[in-house]
Amino acid sequence: MIDALFQPFIEFAFMRRALVGCLIISMTAPPIGVFLVLRRMSLMGDAMGHAILPGAAIGYLLAGLSLFAMSLGGFAAGLAVALAAGLVARSTVLREDASLAGFYLVSLALGVMLISARGSNVDLLHLLFGTVLALDDAALILIAAIATVSLTALAVIYRPLVLECFDPQFLRSVSPLSSTTHLLFLVLVVLNLVAGFQALGTLMAVGIMLLPAVAARFWVEDVAGMIGVAVGAAFVASFTGLLLSYQADVPTGPAVILCCGAFYFLSILVGVKGGIIWGLMPRKHLEA
Amino acid sequence: MRRHLAYSLALALAVLFGLSGAASADNKLKAVASFSVLGDVVKQVGGERVEVTTLVGPNGDAHVFNPTPATAKLLASADIFFVNGFGFEGWMERLEKSSGFKGEVVVASKGVTPLTMGEENGHHQDDHGDAHDEGGDEVPDPHAWQSLANGKIYVANIRDGLIAADPEGKADYEENATKYLAAIDAEEAAVKVAIAKLPPERRRIITSHDAFGYLADAYGLEVISPEGVSTESEASAQDVAMIIRQIREEQIPAVFFENVTDRRLLDQIARETGAKIGGVLYSDALSKADGPAPTYLGMFRHNIGALSAALSS
Repeated sequence: MIDALFQPFIEFAFMRRALVGCLIISMTAPPIGVFLVLRRMSLMGDAMGHAILPGAAIGYLLAGLSLFAMSLGGFAAGLAVALAAGLVARSTVLREDASLAGFYLVSLALGVMLISARGSNVDLLHLLFGTVLALDDAALILIAAIATVSLTALAVIYRPLVLECFDPQFLRSVSPLSSTTHLLFLVLVVLNLVAGFQALGTLMAVGIMLLPAVAARFWVEDVAGMIGVAVGAAFVASFTGLLLSYQADVPTGPAVILCCGAFYFLSILVGVKGGIIWGLMPRKHLEA
Repeated sequence: MRRHLAYSLALALAVLFGLSGAASADNKLKAVASFSVLGDVVKQVGGERVEVTTLVGPNGDAHVFNPTPATAKLLASADIFFVNGFGFEGWMERLEKSSGFKGEVVVASKGVTPLTMGEENGHHQDDHGDAHDEGGDEVPDPHAWQSLANGKIYVANIRDGLIAADPEGKADYEENATKYLAAIDAEEAAVKVAIAKLPPERRRIITSHDAFGYLADAYGLEVISPEGVSTESEASAQDVAMIIRQIREEQIPAVFFENVTDRRLLDQIARETGAKIGGVLYSDALSKADGPAPTYLGMFRHNIGALSAALSS
């Protein structure tokens, strides 16, 4: 039994790399996801997947099929959209979700037009999004570097970030760094997403950022606890998903995300803080 | 104000009609081919009398092609549309309907006996075929042009289609077709000679998607790939593991990239097994005009050359 669990990783280098890649991203993405969920920006990941298109298109137009140019362009475009949406949300009547929706749609349409102008049939996004089974040294180093930067930055801005989630007015009244914190957070989101897309594909990058965080809400109530549960759940889901892809011949990215999803369903049903089952069970009546 | 609007509208309409009236006055037959391999063959058979436009150009992936309004416009003004058939162009029917195309559609693979996913030698299991097909058990492999014998059937169908659309050019088309068929025969002989030179146990390769079934079947190669017949599918860890195991156990010498798919997965496989990276093979699309495989026969020459170089050493 133990043999069946570990044998694929012992035998194949690509499985080991895939596991390492998944574990790294499981460390860096779920904490960001927890904050996204707390600030009601959960759908941002998916929107970002589309928003990076004009950047990738410009990178392609300038430098041909260079992954580096396209990723850099994609990152720049994603950053521009995230920052613009953040700024608009803070200074106008629009909320985060509406302003992001506006900007990412414009970005996507611009991207499609840029690509069609060149008249090529190359499916740019298809090329830009990788698969966890094909992580080479460069990709692993990229994710590891992003993880280091991201976790360090998150540690530094942790307190203002938490305060910003729960009482932004108070933070604004005691510190001028409120806007900076928020924008820095958006930079971290885009960084993790773009690196994730390139290394793992859109589904896995967004999925591993959000699903564990969403499920963690049912187990603990404090932010640090949620981060812990989310990271732990992501670790387990990565390992299980890879094993499932190996034993049952199913594509890897969806397998990992479905494992995360299984944990999510489990959490909804029996999660200690708010699971449905506990709500349905008869409670003790206090009698005098 | 309203009068000005009416005048400008009338002027615009007049300009539009004027422009469309002044459209090309030359009498060439307007042919549209669905992808670059077909486009080349149509050009060879059609010669001077036919103006050919290709929808999925060089290095393009017809499996994931998305037609645009420009495509529909192009098709609407064409006289004849050449397609491969066997489900290669999933977008074809919708495009025909939406563009209002009234000309003849010629299916180049008519009369070709298709290989299905299970039949091809060396193919490692029809799970992948099943993952693709939405109904029956057997999905035909669309890449029929990878066998030169089928290529000759394509030429015959294209020639007949052109004659039907433009009876005056019959003599020209027949002459072009005969010359081209002779060229194909010569190329086929060269291919057989090249493959015969390779030791039998080295006639096996790995490529990214199952595009070479007909090549393998016709000329005695074994081709294995992690992705199924279409580039839209995603590989599972088991697929990759099985290929790596097979390469290690059977000492498969070379791994080839294709011009239409992402090379990273193959890179990974090659690194892990130490298999030689044999170069680029052209499968679903030709290269650009200045590239190594700008024509159908050029594609064969390049592919067989790359295969020989990698497998003989």
